[in-house]
Amino acid sequence: MPIIEVEELSREFQVMEPAGRFRRRKKTVHAVRGIDFSVEPGEAVGYIGANGAGKSTTIKMLTGVLVPSSGRVSVCGFNPVPQRKALARKIGVVFGQRSQLWWDLPLQDSYPILGAMHRMPEADWKPRFQELAEQMDLGEFLTTPVRQLSLGQRMRGEVAAALLHRPDLIILDEPTIGLDMISKEKLRQFLDAERRENGTTLLLTTHDMSDIQRLCQRVLVVDDGAIAYDGPLTGLADVAGAVRTMVVDLTAPVHSADLLSLPDGAVHQGIEAEGIRHSVSFDPSKLSAATVLAAISSTAEVADLSLHEPDIEHLVRELYGSARR
Amino acid sequence: MRAYWELAKSSFRRHSTYRTAAVAGAFTNSVFGLIRASLLLSAITTAGGAIGGYSAMEAATYVWLGQALLAPLGLFGTAELANRVKSGDIAVDLSRSVNLTASYWAQDLGRAAFDVLPRGLPPLIVGALVTGLSMPGSPEPYLLGFVSILAAVSLNFLGFFAINLLSFWVLEIRGFWMLYMVVMNLLSGFLVPVTWFPGWLLEFARATPFPSMLQTPVDILAGRTVGGESLAMVGIQLLWLAVLLIVVQMMVRFGSRRLVVQGG
Repeated sequence: MPIIEVEELSREFQVMEPAGRFRRRKKTVHAVRGIDFSVEPGEAVGYIGANGAGKSTTIKMLTGVLVPSSGRVSVCGFNPVPQRKALARKIGVVFGQRSQLWWDLPLQDSYPILGAMHRMPEADWKPRFQELAEQMDLGEFLTTPVRQLSLGQRMRGEVAAALLHRPDLIILDEPTIGLDMISKEKLRQFLDAERRENGTTLLLTTHDMSDIQRLCQRVLVVDDGAIAYDGPLTGLADVAGAVRTMVVDLTAPVHSADLLSLPDGAVHQGIEAEGIRHSVSFDPSKLSAATVLAAISSTAEVADLSLHEPDIEHLVRELYGSARR
Repeated sequence: MRAYWELAKSSFRRHSTYRTAAVAGAFTNSVFGLIRASLLLSAITTAGGAIGGYSAMEAATYVWLGQALLAPLGLFGTAELANRVKSGDIAVDLSRSVNLTASYWAQDLGRAAFDVLPRGLPPLIVGALVTGLSMPGSPEPYLLGFVSILAAVSLNFLGFFAINLLSFWVLEIRGFWMLYMVVMNLLSGFLVPVTWFPGWLLEFARATPFPSMLQTPVDILAGRTVGGESLAMVGIQLLWLAVLLIVVQMMVRFGSRRLVVQGG
């Protein structure tokens, strides 16, 4: 039985817009329009789309915080809105931009409250908390008030809070927003391990392509309130032609693209800074960054380099553009 | 139940971290107590020794008890819920497996428990030193007074919570807030005792929950009402508690259905 089942789900909002000097007119905005999907237990699904595409609206309806305009939702066998409290004991939610911790208390003080809310006896939540604190490296700032934590520390605390009651499903709304590379990677490793060990179902929205690549086998792309793509990540990259771009700075200028040796499949994109800076795009499923770099280094000395992932906005635009054509 | 107990405890701890604020608050309450007491006392002297059954000492006691209970009873309220609706953080509250009203209520009781000593004691000490207090000698008024204070904390909480809940329907509750503050300050007997009101206003006040929010515990603690009368007053408080609880629960129920959570 699917853990999430969504049928013909829609949500519209009434907004007022000015009409003339004093009058206002009601306007209906369709944030989510008739989406269908289901998620099986243990799956890891990335829910992606541009800003305002309807991601957060969907998540709010899944967690029972927002009433759908029409359609049917079932999460862990519950109807989210009327059974919100019962559902909350089965799922963990992380809103990347909000906090479920108690702002002016030391971090460790939030967990007894959460344990009590989930009706877990101390013998149950305490070992689990210790396990999470160890895995997420919370030790050094457990006694620091939440308001004084850095964003990366707080996010680790948030994820531990969402997982304290061993939920069947964890929903993360932009969990890595604003985190540095190391914090992001730590969080991803942890989420991946958690899913492998406990079979926790994962649904996450993100703007970071590497989150999806690291964590999800399946992606749902939402655009303008409708599902534009539902399938494996590799398929998405094929559809949208996802490419990585490597930018290298050479120690000595090379003025022509032909003078730089590149492996098959890598495409030279341009020269900047009078032959010093070159950008090369390649398909990450066929070529590794190391191969590309090795080829370039065989003809020119590389002083510096940076890698650019395809961004989700770009992918979605490509994808949706091609679907409309 | 354990969740609400933990919430109350955590709220007590949260408030206990702001000690400077508590000291500043107690100082303000005491200074305003001096101003209010001197105004009332000069009025009573002008009137010839007593107004509406209050002697000078009794009027001063009324002022100091009011100033002491001001913070613990939560007479200034908090707009926390409305702010969380505005910022969209209400989504977090609604994602928890607890009753929204009960979780805020428990936290308010924890806050009140902290406020009792640091905010309640200083005005009473200042009062005892400056004007003297007329307090009853038997234990009953204090025992019943404790129950009455608990009820009054809850009534004040529910009153302000209802105003906060209006934010489920309207974007800005400031107007409602102001109106509520003005009406509550007058009818709760905070400015002058309700028995000083003209007859029509006294009757009107008694048809509202407001006197139960301050006047009742002050009267019981000062020993102005005793025995059966005090019990009846507490009974009225509990009645209003039931009424407000139903109103608030209805508001949560219908309001959360039409709540639009702000932001992404």
